[in-house]
Amino acid sequence: MSDHGYPHEITGVETRKLGMWVFLSTEILFFGTLITTYLIFKGRSFDGMRLEDVYDIPFTSVSSFVLLMSSLTMVLAHNAIEKSDQERTNIWLLSTALLGAVFLAGQIYEFTEFYHKGFTLDVNIYGSTFYVLTGFHGAHVFIGVVLLLILWGIGVRQEGLSLEGGMNLEFIALYWHFVDIVWIVLFTVVYLI
Amino acid sequence: MIEQKREKKFLTIFRRPSSETGIWSWITTVDHKKIGIMYGYAAFLFLLLGGLEALFLRIQLSQPDNNFLSAAEYNAMFTMHGTTMVFLAIMPISAAFFNYLLPLQIGARDVAFPRLNALSYWIWVFGGLFLYSTFIFGTAGAPQGGYLAEEIGWLGRAPNGGWFGYQPNAGFQYSPGTAMDYWAIGLQILGISSLVSAFNFITTILNMRAKGMRLMRMPVFTWMTFAVAFLLAFSLPIIAIALFFVTFDRQFGTTFFLVEGGGDPVLWQHLFWLFGHPEVYILILPAFGIVSEVLPTFSRKPLFGYAAIVFAGFGIAFIGFGVWAHHMFASSISTVAQAGFGISTMIIAVPTGVKIFNWLGTIWGGKLNLKTPMLFALGFIAMFVIGGLSGVTHSIVPADTQQTDTYYIVAHFHYVLFGGAMFGIFSGLYYWFPKLWGKMYNERLGQLHFWFMLIGFNLTFGPMHWLGLQGQIRRTWVYAEETNLGFWNLISTIGAFIIAISILLFMINWSYSKRKGPKAPMDPWDARTLEWTIPSPTPTWNFSTPPEVHNLDDFWHKKYDEDNEGRAVRKEGADEYVEELERDGLNPKSTIELPNPSYFPFVLSSGLPFLGYAVIYKSLAFLGIGLILLLIGGFGWAIEPLEEHIVGEEEE
Repeated sequence: MSDHGYPHEITGVETRKLGMWVFLSTEILFFGTLITTYLIFKGRSFDGMRLEDVYDIPFTSVSSFVLLMSSLTMVLAHNAIEKSDQERTNIWLLSTALLGAVFLAGQIYEFTEFYHKGFTLDVNIYGSTFYVLTGFHGAHVFIGVVLLLILWGIGVRQEGLSLEGGMNLEFIALYWHFVDIVWIVLFTVVYLI
Repeated sequence: MIEQKREKKFLTIFRRPSSETGIWSWITTVDHKKIGIMYGYAAFLFLLLGGLEALFLRIQLSQPDNNFLSAAEYNAMFTMHGTTMVFLAIMPISAAFFNYLLPLQIGARDVAFPRLNALSYWIWVFGGLFLYSTFIFGTAGAPQGGYLAEEIGWLGRAPNGGWFGYQPNAGFQYSPGTAMDYWAIGLQILGISSLVSAFNFITTILNMRAKGMRLMRMPVFTWMTFAVAFLLAFSLPIIAIALFFVTFDRQFGTTFFLVEGGGDPVLWQHLFWLFGHPEVYILILPAFGIVSEVLPTFSRKPLFGYAAIVFAGFGIAFIGFGVWAHHMFASSISTVAQAGFGISTMIIAVPTGVKIFNWLGTIWGGKLNLKTPMLFALGFIAMFVIGGLSGVTHSIVPADTQQTDTYYIVAHFHYVLFGGAMFGIFSGLYYWFPKLWGKMYNERLGQLHFWFMLIGFNLTFGPMHWLGLQGQIRRTWVYAEETNLGFWNLISTIGAFIIAISILLFMINWSYSKRKGPKAPMDPWDARTLEWTIPSPTPTWNFSTPPEVHNLDDFWHKKYDEDNEGRAVRKEGADEYVEELERDGLNPKSTIELPNPSYFPFVLSSGLPFLGYAVIYKSLAFLGIGLILLLIGGFGWAIEPLEEHIVGEEEE
């Protein structure tokens, strides 16, 4: 693509990767708005249940740890593809997707548990902000898992996923790490303080 | 062999589209020029709809105690007028300019992500259709026992909570029915479209500039596109989240904005205007860019203070995030906040003023060529200054609390957004008309359009200043005979119809000249930027050889020298140089690869309205259809190879 004299990477960053960076910078605003709203409402008084009445910090810590480990496997996948080791790339990609899926399963379990204990979406403003905030993150993890599975599928069927390919491992990795980092912030803000 | 076959099957869902003409070539196109043209036409249709809604409003207000529209219908009309003009007319017409011109101005073959570009167009189309489908499917019941309890015709099926959607007025208690859901979800979809295009344009400008096109050599229009893309990227997420909250409040029983449930209606105002004020600059900066191209060309002088204009543009974009609460002086914000936002509002007038003086400096001493684009650009400056000055009066908090919700505000923002943005846009439409179609527009009709529009515009919105100061309340469908507001309201309505005539003149000129106009040369205005170095109309492949740039206004420097007194003198052989460029532009010397068309942007975006209906009607069937379309579109997109088709000779 870069022949024919048209410059394609003036900044030195690959175009798709640059696009992903711009996208992630807007994601910060999405989560920033949600977190701000959460913090505004957290300090207000209201009736009914709070998260503290229902949550199980050890459980959520474990599922957070699982999500963080998926960042590690993502790095390993990236490492493998740089060495053109297709087999390992596939394995690590699949593990990343599975770890992400485990986290999602944990979140679904957690939500159901909270719901049965009476901490529902419309229990009070606290419940509303909690579910919309963590649910928005969960949707991001879900999309990430789907992207990883597509990437893995292409890798398995097509022999030789490369860093130049249409579905680029590197920029999906960027997204995945971002989603993980956001969770660190959310876990701290929502569960720990 | 079998393995290979299976692999092929896996890689494609549909055959790659190949039509070059006809409707499929438009639906599947990823060419930035075609997408730009589609944006322009579709947005103009919505502009006509928004204009029609405005005429309804003006007819209703033409005399006291009129009953042309019911109160509920009036509410629906001003809500749709505002929403349409902002999201479905001015923003996409600006997007049309960005799409068509940005790659040409920076000397690129296309944008960074051609398929994403098509995606943002189709999402916008489906978002607009979804929003307008409220006229067919929507219901807007009057609140029980409320003052609006009256018969509602089909006009009243539209959202009626205002384009600003203030809570709790736009919540389910005071705006029952589905219409406001159409509004909230429709804007959500339109927002995705703008976000996608913002990523695309930022990446394009950063990574795809021609050789030698340093940032400080970019045309001002490109700079303003850059600023707008940042504004979009950082303001739309805020409204997206706020609209999520609204949808949850209306559909799933949460209470983000309802006091009864511990929520906070003022939070909506903060979130809305944190988006809404940058949005004002999203609407006006493209016009700043257009005018900064038109004025130097028609004054035959370089732009006065290029760097100042660029930095002022970014100054406006940056400070634009810090003035939002001046829309909320009448709400419950503290006096300290009022003072702070009053001051920041005064400060943002400074970079705007810098631009005005730069434009005046550009005209000063120039040899003015008063063609239609120039007339509109001059009209833009004059009208925008009036709107800007009335805008600064809002920074004085005590005065603003008097003006809030009166026609004075309506006058102000129409001077900025119509007298400003629309005049700039028309200036650009005439300026680039020859580049688009290879034909010249009719100068006489164009000038007639300008004068009709200028007079009609001032008749419509000028009187609103004093109507507002006399106390006419906006968003109210009648006023009493005794208020003595009738005369100027009638004048204003007459003005609105004069604007309608001017738009008609424009349409006649456009459609006639496009087919029958005289042939336009490559560089009819003796212009300065790269898009004028290629033939008119622009060939599919843009540049037959990738351009290289050595100066700001490079094309001008290739045509002109400076004499001892610093005046521009046309170089010998400049005409031959231009002719040669035109010949070369039509006959590429080597092969040029163009991105292949694709079905998937269209398929992917067609899923979004179904998701919207699924939320409104809690329907699993719609959810299923929507998700399937998204999945086909997304998956097909992901595995579609990035191969390119080739134009030009295979070999020498």
